[in-house]
Amino acid sequence: MLAHDLKSALQEVCPQLQERETLDWPAFNCPIASLFVVVKTLRDNHDFDGLMDATAIDNGTEASPRFTVVYHLFSSKNHNYLRIAADCHDDESPSAPTLCPLFKSANWMERETYDLFGIRYEDHPDLRRILMWDEYPYHPLRKEFPLAGFEEELWDSEIAAETGTKVKPAPMAGGPFVARQSTFEGDREPIAKDESWNEANEKPE
Amino acid sequence: MPTDKAEYTAPDSGAKTAAAAQKFETEHLEMSMGPSHPSTHGVLRLNLELDGEIVKMCDPVLGYLHRGDEKIAENMTYNQFVPYTDRLDYLAPLANNAAYAMAVEKLANLEVPERCQAIRVLTTELARISAHLLGLGAYSMDVGALTVFMITFTEREKLYKLFEDLTGARFTTSYTRIGGVTRDMPDGWMDRVLTFCEEFLPLLDDVEALLARNRIWFDRTADVGVISKEDAVSYGLTGPNLRGSGVDVDLRRDAPYSGYENYEFEVPLGEKGDCYDRYAVRMEEMRQSVRIVRQAIDKMPEGPFYAEEATKIFAPNKGKILTSMEELIQNFMITTEGPDMPAGEVYFEAENPKGALGFYIVSKGGGVPYRLKIRGPSFNNLSILEKVCVGGMVSDIPAILGSLDFVMGECDR
Repeated sequence: MLAHDLKSALQEVCPQLQERETLDWPAFNCPIASLFVVVKTLRDNHDFDGLMDATAIDNGTEASPRFTVVYHLFSSKNHNYLRIAADCHDDESPSAPTLCPLFKSANWMERETYDLFGIRYEDHPDLRRILMWDEYPYHPLRKEFPLAGFEEELWDSEIAAETGTKVKPAPMAGGPFVARQSTFEGDREPIAKDESWNEANEKPE
Repeated sequence: MPTDKAEYTAPDSGAKTAAAAQKFETEHLEMSMGPSHPSTHGVLRLNLELDGEIVKMCDPVLGYLHRGDEKIAENMTYNQFVPYTDRLDYLAPLANNAAYAMAVEKLANLEVPERCQAIRVLTTELARISAHLLGLGAYSMDVGALTVFMITFTEREKLYKLFEDLTGARFTTSYTRIGGVTRDMPDGWMDRVLTFCEEFLPLLDDVEALLARNRIWFDRTADVGVISKEDAVSYGLTGPNLRGSGVDVDLRRDAPYSGYENYEFEVPLGEKGDCYDRYAVRMEEMRQSVRIVRQAIDKMPEGPFYAEEATKIFAPNKGKILTSMEELIQNFMITTEGPDMPAGEVYFEAENPKGALGFYIVSKGGGVPYRLKIRGPSFNNLSILEKVCVGGMVSDIPAILGSLDFVMGECDR
């Protein structure tokens, strides 16, 4: 089905649906309130039977709306994909409706998005962290989170008391060599972020 | 394939359970399996709740291998990320390299030459054979058939020798670049691949003879871990696990990329979706991969192995860099700023050995992705554990895990 046919069909259930800029598959922006009903229509009436990917984009610490949830649906009958994106309302504590009643695969992928972006999925049956440990206080894929991470208490207080160790930021000396988009000539070369260990300074023990 | 086999029950299990229920209050036992357990193939932990030998609840705990690849990708150029893709499904790095490069080329709307496409198909299929060989070997070892492991590992070693000759590395190949591959195939390499194929097929028959009619293998895998068609689709399973349940989806055939439409191959399907079917599908996929490899070598087009006209994406020939000013500048720009990419969003999935490996790239232009999401097939393949393990025996879990053939590297990313 062509993108504009799909669009008019979807606008019957959600009039505010807009086309989203895309380089490949049809993509739509939809208000977060009608996300569930749009995806349900796609699944029931348009053969999009697989939720392949559910994730989010952090549009930057200054941007508003800051978080966008993105879903990729796949039709195993027509073998095509579709992208649905929705902006979360609250920039401080973003939330989105869960798609778990429609697709079982949404469970883990939404847990992952919650873990890495801090987007709460309303009525999710089991919203726990999945990749980071349960006590971890940050959401690492947010743009303000540094590449190396933060120093953090160990999750097991018993081991922490006995060994005195902490979760340390990753050493940046020796890589990964980061490249940034910049107009300033000096920033163009990929450099290690950490300066504590280079030609001028000894390697710390 | 057996159809008349009765459902397996432990001897006298019904009578024993009934007797036990009369006398004792049964208590559920919580058990943690992993993260370091031979059958979890990496660092997967299963929190199990057991009633005797029966699994009542299974809660997989992931993240032990989480490295933050997506965060790292936001901080480096597209080409710098290629080595990180080796470490996703580290049993088939050549396939990951190709999938990632194709995703970025889709963003750049870049068509690579036919020879490059054919090389990628060839290496992806060899990687598929090597990944299935390891998966099958480890799977059979987990359920007690040690000999298979010895055979498949010997074959896999031959493949790694070929990979080393091609890329310079056995495991972490980093073979592709955006817009091409790092180097052309060495002289005589394709002949050695053909020799491998020649020797490999009889050995595959030997492996099948060891397993396919083996009573123990049957008992451990047939009717164990049955995944229905509906569940397989709903849980987002892909690859051999999806086809083992009888769902006829193979991206190589259905959404062809890299010239897969030019090759003839069959897509094997399972019937019941049990552990045996998933084994049988992988077995047949290896034969089909050999078929594709032979066709690729037979039809290998001449020409460049990278997109020569894409001067802002692929670094020029090394010899030219050292002698020509223009090429030196071009190389410097691609190395420091990264390849020149348009702004936009793409999502690309490739049919990898474990399933559909997807890359969702959000670009704001320039050489660094704004957001790169990796859809690891093993992540979704494992999410079904909470359903498929429940109601079975504890001893079924190694068979189920082996048949799902997952890799934690791409699951935890």
